[in-house]
Amino acid sequence: MKPAIFTYRRPATLHEALKLLEETGDEGKVIAGGQSLVPMMNMRLARPEYLVDINDLDDLRYIHPFEEGIDIGSLTRHDELERSAILRRLCPIVPTAAHFIGHYAIRQRGTIGGSMAHADPAAELPLLAVLLDATLTIASLDNTRSQTAREFFLSMYTTDLQPNEILTAVRFPVIPPDSGWSFKEFSRRAGDFALVSAACTMQLNSSGSVEQLHLALGGADLIPISVDASIASFIGERPDARWRQAVAKAALNDLEPMSDVHASTQDRLDWLALTVDQVLTQSSLRANVEIGEQASHTPEEEKL
Amino acid sequence: MNEVPVTLWVNGQTYAVRVSPRKLLSDVIREDIGLTGTHVGCEHGVCGACTVWVDDRPTRSCLMFAIQAEGHAVTTIEALAQHGQLNVLQQALHEEHGLQCGFCTPGIVMTMEAYLHEHPNPTVDDIRDALSGNLCRCTGYQNIVAGVQKAARVFAQNSSGATSAAGNESTHLSEGGREYV
Repeated sequence: MKPAIFTYRRPATLHEALKLLEETGDEGKVIAGGQSLVPMMNMRLARPEYLVDINDLDDLRYIHPFEEGIDIGSLTRHDELERSAILRRLCPIVPTAAHFIGHYAIRQRGTIGGSMAHADPAAELPLLAVLLDATLTIASLDNTRSQTAREFFLSMYTTDLQPNEILTAVRFPVIPPDSGWSFKEFSRRAGDFALVSAACTMQLNSSGSVEQLHLALGGADLIPISVDASIASFIGERPDARWRQAVAKAALNDLEPMSDVHASTQDRLDWLALTVDQVLTQSSLRANVEIGEQASHTPEEEKL
Repeated sequence: MNEVPVTLWVNGQTYAVRVSPRKLLSDVIREDIGLTGTHVGCEHGVCGACTVWVDDRPTRSCLMFAIQAEGHAVTTIEALAQHGQLNVLQQALHEEHGLQCGFCTPGIVMTMEAYLHEHPNPTVDDIRDALSGNLCRCTGYQNIVAGVQKAARVFAQNSSGATSAAGNESTHLSEGGREYV
């Protein structure tokens, strides 16, 4: 359980880090929190020749709200997401879900950028990124590009990120105060990888019918998926128990989650149906509820 | 084996060692610095036995290379007892029989000491949630929870309002269907 030999580099600036990645090519690997990469290196599932440590790039640690969204620097730790007053007010599903990442000590070190780039199919933040169709900012030495989360994740542990690129920021939209939201996951033990998960945002109109609905599922496929297209026809109805059942059925239609030692395909489908029902219920209860804290002061930008 | 000089700051003391970049912080703390209170269990971040503080944040020392800790303050279990006197949490775990073989104990103390500073009034559920990252195969956790609760009460008595840790807005998140070990 010891990693293979590698050459260590610790750039002081993003520019320097990107220059190193140009030189190391396929042999270079970025390390941020290391909470997924180092276990893989210890088990020799990963053997990078060069390790480019970006932990000194303090410019990539911030939570910055603007008009329609919140920009989060890729080096922001999960614990910082969990405690953020800005996120609790503007995008509360993020701190709520961040609490379920690994364990307390893991969350002190793991980063949002690392979670996205690692693209574990069970991970919490990629699921939220797909639900909210977050925008990712990706830098290389001579280019900076944006990509939506729904295009970023390609397959299990595989993203569109190239060896010479670094993910620098994740932009989440604001969840309006009158919008309901919910995140749930099912795991055998606290801190384990989720076997299935679901996340939802919902808006109701004045007569209590669903006006907007977004739903994303984890553990249903090789990547977190949005099932918005499958459930679009249910918009306009009241979110009662029968509606929730019908939505869950439509959401899971045609899905075939993997079967492994932890759970069969049918187990995963059953738990997904349960989890979807829970997030729909909680979202509908939260929608339109006056939130007393809305008037409270939100800082302009958080120093992390 | 491509050894490089690494300077570490551990428990307020400076150590200059020569190690390969691939050497884990946990191994350097134990083998090169000689502080064997930090235990090594699973070496992939699951068991929590190797938890130390890096810049006062609880961190798995098996998921960090020693060379990464250069320029940061590392604190190990050896720094908690002062002049041979157990600290509040250590004493409480002792009194409540919160350990049997003791292998997991250093990691539990380093995790929960940091946790209690941030969350001065934890519920039993909060404590169990925070403890879920530390595996103990002897105690069944009951006495560890009792010990942490006792320490939390002493912390609460000692902190006279104004001095509680920064950013300690106690979280009682109850999302998701979670089950404990």
